Amino acid sequence: MSDKLPVSDEIPDDLEIGVGENQADGSARSAEIVQPRAAVSGQNTGKPILEVRDLRMYFPVKSSGIVRRTIGHVQAVDGVSFQLPAGGSLGLVGESGCGKSTTGRLITRLYQPTGGSIVFDGKDITKTGSHGLKPLRREIQMIFQDPYTSLNPRHTVGAIVGAPLAIHKVVPRNKILPRVQELLELVGLNPEHYNRYPHEFSGGQRQRIGIARAMTLQPKVLVADEPVSALDVSIQAQVINLLQELQREFDIAFLFVAHDLAVVRHFCPEVAVMYLGKIVEVADRETLYNRPKHPYTQALLSAVPDVKQAAIGGRRERIRLQGDVPSPINPPSGCRFRTRCPLAQEICARVEPPLLQIGPRQKVACHFAGELGHHPEKPVTASLLGVDDSGTPVPGATARPNVGDDPGYADTWFDIERQTMVSV
Amino acid sequence: MTSPATSFLSVRDLKVHFPTVDGIVKATDGLSFDLEKGETLGIVGESGSGKSVSSSAILGLHRRTNARVSGEILLDGVDLLKISDEDMRRKRGKDVAMIFQDPLSAMHPYYTVGNQIAEAYRVHHDVGKKAARARAIEMLDRVGIPQPDRRIDDYPHQFSGGMRQRAMIAMGLINNPSLLIADEPTTALDVTVQAQILDLLQDLQREFQSAVIIITHDLGVVAEMADDVLVMYAGRCVEYGVTKELLTHPEMPYTWGLLSSVPDVTGDTSGKLLPIPGNPPSLLNPPSGCPFHPRCQYKDKVPGDLCFTTLPDLLPGQRSQVHLKRCHITDPDVVFEKEVLPEIAPDLVEER
Repeated sequence: MSDKLPVSDEIPDDLEIGVGENQADGSARSAEIVQPRAAVSGQNTGKPILEVRDLRMYFPVKSSGIVRRTIGHVQAVDGVSFQLPAGGSLGLVGESGCGKSTTGRLITRLYQPTGGSIVFDGKDITKTGSHGLKPLRREIQMIFQDPYTSLNPRHTVGAIVGAPLAIHKVVPRNKILPRVQELLELVGLNPEHYNRYPHEFSGGQRQRIGIARAMTLQPKVLVADEPVSALDVSIQAQVINLLQELQREFDIAFLFVAHDLAVVRHFCPEVAVMYLGKIVEVADRETLYNRPKHPYTQALLSAVPDVKQAAIGGRRERIRLQGDVPSPINPPSGCRFRTRCPLAQEICARVEPPLLQIGPRQKVACHFAGELGHHPEKPVTASLLGVDDSGTPVPGATARPNVGDDPGYADTWFDIERQTMVSV
Repeated sequence: MTSPATSFLSVRDLKVHFPTVDGIVKATDGLSFDLEKGETLGIVGESGSGKSVSSSAILGLHRRTNARVSGEILLDGVDLLKISDEDMRRKRGKDVAMIFQDPLSAMHPYYTVGNQIAEAYRVHHDVGKKAARARAIEMLDRVGIPQPDRRIDDYPHQFSGGMRQRAMIAMGLINNPSLLIADEPTTALDVTVQAQILDLLQDLQREFQSAVIIITHDLGVVAEMADDVLVMYAGRCVEYGVTKELLTHPEMPYTWGLLSSVPDVTGDTSGKLLPIPGNPPSLLNPPSGCPFHPRCQYKDKVPGDLCFTTLPDLLPGQRSQVHLKRCHITDPDVVFEKEVLPEIAPDLVEER
């Protein structure tokens, strides 16, 4: 079967295929959707298309029995703030259960957030009802992890990819098929295969179908939830390259959720590390991967097996984290990472570290932030929070308001070595 | 890799064929390798390349199915394909044990973890329930499960993913098997837990001196764990050698593709990944000649249409007699240094 379904490993050069005929039919919208948006020069200089502030998602835990009382909450996402620049990419990494997928689903509004705000293109979409969500779906789309369960087995590929066009009445019914074929070609599938069913395609090809479906409405933001983790290694690179081509061509902003640190580093200029519902460190990729300041990021990076190790032999020296991630129903007080942290002291149990900006494009949530092997002896955050080194409030001292609440980066930041605020 | 006569495990020309209505699926077609005690062999390949089928053949899991298994599997001099079902049953779990990829589906949800681990012990040892339970607690403690005397009465769903995999390892090692097959033991786990499990496997291997076969698609895991590597493609071994040699001087375009299609945590981010084009072949109608030729970007290095017509033999490459490869390219090392390495790791080229 694979001989019959050749998948080109590169995107056809003429992405604007069919522009002419769509314009010919006079439909302004269809002309617009095939026209690639002007590429923004410099990915991160653009205005943020999406701003998330103090986002929270608590799932109730019900007791068993007839009266199902709420006996607690899973704090899946607890106070997450970030910005996504137009046409840029932000990577969310972390272990399973850290809330990265939930964050992605909150942004697509598959869930109703418990608290916080999501601002898309200047509009608050946190509480948008089902009526208002429909136009929103044109702008924010999602690519799912498992290409085997995210496609309806009883629908043809044409029906799957064309459904958004029909639902949103973007093009007239008789124009749907040409548009679907165009999209299939865009993602590197044979346009003649529109009448086949998902089971006739391989995993990589199915993921391309999922991508075509997400691309159908020309979204401005794509949430990619582990888009390659279910695929074979040789196929992963094909899909990543495809996503990068699409991003460049259509100027889509990506929220890239994945647990594979190397893939995220390759795809996203900016990466946020999550642990137990909170962002513990966010920075541009060079800083985050070369000079991580949070002990969890350091442990995570040191745990990745490296092919280059073969030249040296044996196993790499690594930070061994003990135990498992604590339950998000009853997270540890103060810093959530303290139960597994090699640096934890008294202050970590008493005061929660704010996500403090410590460089032009780096924020970290740790009292003892510092490069590996050079962590400070005393908490760097104490003076900012108005507490002493063990975390007890100092009488008379006042905490600086709103430390680490801002989703974006400020021009001034706290230099942890000099213990002062510095600016550009 | 030593001479076959003295090897602890010696697999010779193993074939596993499945007759189906559409024809014969040659899941494994002529696989040979050797493994010593205390050593680790890494088997790498895409899904459907025959990694798992070959290892379940060693465990005798194809008995009483319609699979046709041929060849030789000599474990300590005994051919596992010739012994009776009863003898195989006695060896399975005692001399040869396996750790499966998904610990949640590999454990029975209705029985407690302790029950299942103790059963693995009682099947092979004539001991009472109490002694088996004590032994199970001892093993759970050994694999690093906290409060083993309490956790032993938990059900699998009460364990986290990492703990379940630890319990699986405890079950696999309770009879001190001399050969342990780990089928994607860490694929379902997070990186930090993966590191813990790999550490544990290595510690235990050192302690028990078992031979370990680790099946994975992650070349990073192989680089850190394995002494030898065997790369499989379409049911055949396409490259086989000492890990360090094979990963630094790979001689087969498929291995180059595997190396170039995974991003590296330290590599250059501006470059594009170089995927292997196309899809894995069908095992029902494998391509003529070299099964990799439809996806190979280097077949122009071979004169004529050799790649299309003739299956290359598994022969020693240029560099050493123990580095085998199945490819027609005569100077793979030169091609790799000149054409592949500058693309995938320009920094390494400069170092040389």
